[in-house]
Amino acid sequence: MKKRKKGYINTFLYHAFIWIFGFFMLYPVLWLISSSFKGHADIFQRAHHLIPTQWEFSNYIEGWKGFGGISFAVFFKNSFIVATLTTIGQVVSSAFVAYGFSRIRFKGKKILFGCMITTMLLPSQVLIIPQYIMFSKLGWINSFKPLIVPSFFGLPFFIFLMMQFIQGIPKELDESAKIDGCNHMGIFLRIIIPLLVPALMTSAIFAFYWRWQDFFGPLLYLQTPAKYTVSLALRMFSDPAAVTNWGAMFAMSALSLVPVIILFIAFQKYIVEGISTSGLKG
Amino acid sequence: MEVAKGLSNNKQRKRRNDYNNLAGYAFISPWLIGFILFTIIPIGASFILSFTQYDLLSSPKWVGLENYKTMFLHDERYISALKATFSYVFVAVPLRLIFALFIAVLLVRDRKMVSVYRAAFYIPSLIGGSVAVAVMWRQLFGVNGALNSILIELGVIDKGIGWIGNPHTAMWTLILLAAWQFGSPMLIFVAGLKQIPTSYYEAAYIDGANSWQRFTKITMPLLTPIIFFNFIMQTISGFMAFTESYLITQGGPFDRTLFYALYLFEKAFKFYEMGYGCAMAWVLLLIIGVFTALIFKSSNYWVYYESKGEW
Repeated sequence: MKKRKKGYINTFLYHAFIWIFGFFMLYPVLWLISSSFKGHADIFQRAHHLIPTQWEFSNYIEGWKGFGGISFAVFFKNSFIVATLTTIGQVVSSAFVAYGFSRIRFKGKKILFGCMITTMLLPSQVLIIPQYIMFSKLGWINSFKPLIVPSFFGLPFFIFLMMQFIQGIPKELDESAKIDGCNHMGIFLRIIIPLLVPALMTSAIFAFYWRWQDFFGPLLYLQTPAKYTVSLALRMFSDPAAVTNWGAMFAMSALSLVPVIILFIAFQKYIVEGISTSGLKG
Repeated sequence: MEVAKGLSNNKQRKRRNDYNNLAGYAFISPWLIGFILFTIIPIGASFILSFTQYDLLSSPKWVGLENYKTMFLHDERYISALKATFSYVFVAVPLRLIFALFIAVLLVRDRKMVSVYRAAFYIPSLIGGSVAVAVMWRQLFGVNGALNSILIELGVIDKGIGWIGNPHTAMWTLILLAAWQFGSPMLIFVAGLKQIPTSYYEAAYIDGANSWQRFTKITMPLLTPIIFFNFIMQTISGFMAFTESYLITQGGPFDRTLFYALYLFEKAFKFYEMGYGCAMAWVLLLIIGVFTALIFKSSNYWVYYESKGEW
């Protein structure tokens, strides 16, 4: 009896601690959302309160107008174009490469695989400047091309993730398909791809979400506001020297997170598994 | 006959090998071409450019080791950037890992709600790299922000403090932001903790080990490979941090939060000193390389591998 009581108290303390700590963790996010519905006076005078005295939806309408005559509809459209094409490019190309590395024996495979793993640890800073020079010589600055084209050449993280998955697919399936007259392309398309769907999903979710939140790429390559993605537009919109409408800034910040949150709620399982199994950083 | 058969076998094998070689390279060709175009060539170019002065308009001018010398001997801002980056990495990475491990231990049990909790604690990491969060952080710690508002209401202070503009606190706002995003290492720790067989704990329990002993004698040793992995990954990404300091503090005040990546970006893309930027990138690569090697070396002393059969 006594022991049971102690168990209840422990359970209570455990949940209470998680809730309190969790509240502090999520407070900034809740605060951002709440501030996006606050009126101007509320934002400054009742800064830390989570419930606005009056719910103000005009922040969203004002914010959506954007700046320089370009509305956030354009920025969202740009982000969707870039993120979607990046996702398609990275997932499709990575799947091919993953199959090549895990199911075909060819000369030089070990060395090349080693090269690929090494590039995962290479700080991108070393590559940025020459890549920028290269893209500017090609005349690609202020276009989506530097953000999209390189993604059609595979991403080592996804290749690695898919390889781990392919290794779990029994080789007997390949063998029997080979006997039925399939070549590697046939095996890849008919046997591996259908079974690889979970890994493809994980990769696609991360590809989209990384590109959606990417700030450095757009900052480097996009120059005119009409080409801006949401993240870059948000920075201009919230420039501390120029900002006047704080509520609108909060509103657009909150709105920029909506696609990510939806993705997370819909595909939480894939995201959690992707991080746990391959150490993908989210 | 035998010889002929052997020959045709050989021929067949050769044909199969040729096919496999061809197919192999065809399948990996996207990565291989990209690797040459976007990694190998840029690395070579970056190395050569690091010995030049290059502003993108006129052609590069060879200056030998001048960039590297300037960096360490004549560039005070560079030294500030080094200091800021090191103090950030040394504090933020351990803090983040401690939080991650602590919460992971709490959230590994199979209770109802636990997966919901895990998702909730992951949210800051999910959105952490975004511009929205940087904007939010700036306001949270701004003069009119929520933190000051709370402190004033509690009577701790009577006038707002500019946490981000103050040279003593600016770095701490960024470190706090980094610690706040412990979600990914937390999930990796949870996955690792789940791998530890419960029989180990039961045996220790029978032997009379209390929960602290079970944690230090079973959980920690068996988790060291994962701590090691997280430590390496977080250290590397810590050295490369950019967005936080670019958006929240702009490197200020007085370059106190001028991260290495931010200074590199300014040099290369604001002042168009491409050669200097490349030299900086190579030193960063070297620093990261040395740290990774040190962590790897040290792992002999503290990382426990089951297959070795010690312990």
